[in-house]
Amino acid sequence: MRLKYGLQGLTVLVVLGLLGLLIWKVAHQDKGVKLGGGRTPSAPAFALTRLDTPGRLDLASLRGKVVVLNFWASWCVPCKSEAPRLEAAWRRYRGQGVVVVGVDAQDFTGDARRFIRRYKLTYPNVHDGPGNVGSKYGVTGFPETYFVDRRGRLVGDRVVGEVSAAKLTAGIRRALQS
Amino acid sequence: MRIVVGLVLVLVLAAPAAASERHPTLGELEGEVMCPTCKTTLDQSTAPIANRIRRYISARIAAGDTKSEIKRKLVIQFGPSVLAEPSKHGFNLLAWVLPFVALGLGAAVLAWLVWRWSRRREAETPAVAGAASLDPELERRLDDELARFDG
Repeated sequence: MRLKYGLQGLTVLVVLGLLGLLIWKVAHQDKGVKLGGGRTPSAPAFALTRLDTPGRLDLASLRGKVVVLNFWASWCVPCKSEAPRLEAAWRRYRGQGVVVVGVDAQDFTGDARRFIRRYKLTYPNVHDGPGNVGSKYGVTGFPETYFVDRRGRLVGDRVVGEVSAAKLTAGIRRALQS
Repeated sequence: MRIVVGLVLVLVLAAPAAASERHPTLGELEGEVMCPTCKTTLDQSTAPIANRIRRYISARIAAGDTKSEIKRKLVIQFGPSVLAEPSKHGFNLLAWVLPFVALGLGAAVLAWLVWRWSRRREAETPAVAGAASLDPELERRLDDELARFDG
């Protein structure tokens, strides 16, 4: 009888343990930062390998500058049409302390480098093969663009899909004023 | 004789695996590699990146890469999550070991329950036999009743 209750207790414990694991997993699932509604959360940190030059780029090293963070992939069609727009914004605003950073994700590095050469991109680009950094930001597809102010906070809304020149300018100005 | 049969069996089973490692096909790798954007295996996806990975695998097969080499190169590009099966190292080893542990535990519990059930049956059998032998007075009355019923 004692053994029977012991076995039942063990079963209940195992079930409760599994339930606890499930709850923990759901609660700790990385859904990315919440934006909009005046929220200015800290931009998730990252340090990734550069595609345009040897070495790594640490987001923290850009503190004090406004960062336009663009998530892209070489196989993504809208990424191709917005690339010249991002390059133009980088050239126009870099004198004001603005840096455009491209984060190439879920892509072959060779393809990404060809993309950079083809579109003559001169702003820094990094490689996030598994897309882990994108997950921290809550990226749901490509391209997506975020604006980080001088204090390392995300400002305004993310731009999902191809970024227009108007949205790019508005995002940069908001970040500069923040 | 048994050893020879065992060795032949091992060779027969290991040969296809070795051939698959040395000369992988796109078809088998499609089932072992994930599409990073759609989170399904390549054979279930027509996403642009899935098509690109398929082309990459075909090129690597043509270049003579083994299955392990192709997978290792894909992991460098996309991380370990590009593989459909978890690796057999570190924490991921649990995913391989736990099902067998659970199976073993289940079998042990089942065996114990069967053993307990059969012991209980054995214990109950004499009681049933005992119940069959009636009190002499009751037996006499039962015989009388049966005799009257027959008569």
